[in-house]
Amino acid sequence: MSELAAYNFAYLDEQTKRMIRRAILKAIAIPGYQVPFASREMPMPYGWGTGGVQVTASIIGPDDVLKVIDQGADDTTNAVSIRAFFQKVAEVAVTTHTGEATIIQTRHRIPEETLKEGQVLVYQVPIPEPLRFLEPRETETRKMHALEEYGLMHVKLYEDIARHGRIATTYAYPVKVHGRYVMDPSPTPKFDNPKMHRSEALQLFGAGREKRIYAVPPHTDVVSLDFEDHPFEIQTFDKPCALCGANHVYLDEIVLDDGGKRMFVCSDTDFCETRRAEGHTGEMLAPSQEAAE
Amino acid sequence: MQIHETSLTGGFTNPVLDSQNVFRTVMNCMAQPGTIGEVAMGVEPPAPLGAAAGAVMLTLCDHDTAVWLGPHLLTPGITGWLGFHCGAPLTKEKTEAKFAFAHHKAPLPSLMSFAQGTLEYPDRSTTLVIEVEALDGGPTLELKGPGIRTTALLSPKGLPEHVLKQWAKNGQIFPQGVDVILTAGHRLAALPRTCKISLKEA
Ligand SMILES: [Zn+2]
Repeated sequence: MSELAAYNFAYLDEQTKRMIRRAILKAIAIPGYQVPFASREMPMPYGWGTGGVQVTASIIGPDDVLKVIDQGADDTTNAVSIRAFFQKVAEVAVTTHTGEATIIQTRHRIPEETLKEGQVLVYQVPIPEPLRFLEPRETETRKMHALEEYGLMHVKLYEDIARHGRIATTYAYPVKVHGRYVMDPSPTPKFDNPKMHRSEALQLFGAGREKRIYAVPPHTDVVSLDFEDHPFEIQTFDKPCALCGANHVYLDEIVLDDGGKRMFVCSDTDFCETRRAEGHTGEMLAPSQEAAE
Repeated sequence: MQIHETSLTGGFTNPVLDSQNVFRTVMNCMAQPGTIGEVAMGVEPPAPLGAAAGAVMLTLCDHDTAVWLGPHLLTPGITGWLGFHCGAPLTKEKTEAKFAFAHHKAPLPSLMSFAQGTLEYPDRSTTLVIEVEALDGGPTLELKGPGIRTTALLSPKGLPEHVLKQWAKNGQIFPQGVDVILTAGHRLAALPRTCKISLKEA
């Protein structure tokens, strides 16, 4: 405790935490609605997840186990810095294992391992307003949400189909929460949208620069916007993960040499490592075993 | 302001960690209606304010939140405690209250008389903290909605009758409406505005 006394627990002062905590409770009570909050300066630049960091700082306690991911990985600069920050200011335990974490802060991905009751997923959100590209004025987008005027949004998505033959938005694909609010699920790939639907975990979203907090309680409907003739579809990958052989997971492309040789591997590094530890192998690790499978 | 002895004591032993702990309990209950949370630390607000209600007050109220106190709680000891520990301003105007604390022993005004938020800012509504006799032993309520897989049950005893009667209306004006935290001694449960409540026939 003596070391902790040198600065505020979890960095934020108590008044700021109270303000953010009140915003979180209202966000939970109104799923998908963006609650304004007075965002504070954090010891990291915007774009580094200051909104998510403030949310995590307001909920985290000494009993928590924190996991931080950027894309699907725990070892990128952004994830490592945020994890180190909370180890220092809140002395919490950290983990890379999804199943062990009580709080998971993410910049893009939702872990492949199904989240469980009691876990909290905190998203770092750059642009919280799904209607912003249609309407730059906050007063107007707020009115559109208030009156449930989402027609333009549908038209835009439909135009997308007309132009590309499919909905080209692969990240930040808009969803409707609890049948009411259209919400931007942060720069999450639309591959992960179905994981938000009726998740057992509480999902909290923090946008630092835009000063918004929103939430999806557990077991809440999260439906990706689509059309009868063009139903919502997630990306599919032709091959399983080259390292662990997993199917139906989100894969990243890795270039192996100058000759253009490449492989596709799990973006969720913890998921991939766990599978390999369990003995699963992909073609890059064990070509002969794959043939035997 | 007259300071009562009881106003100065009975707060958190460790304000930073205790308020984090209480907040997580409240957050968990708000995210999963039907869940009963417990305030384990020794908070001792002046009677008749209960320990959980007092802990919620310490955790969420400050000079930015106007607080309305029901008639049974509007005592010098409690107003002094609120002022000393939270620095929160008291209001007589229910529509200005960010938090309203009520006790089952005094009549509770209509839910509609509190701040409902606006269509554009539905978050600007009152959170009511209602002390009931107990969180079990009363008529069984069946809860549905966000935070609940299928249904959840809660049997609060001493919940003012009109709360149930007005609750459907509170849900109809969604996204506006009030949110409720029920407290009984050291325990608490939450009813966010999205919660659908029906009385389960015995
Ligand atoms: Zn893999």
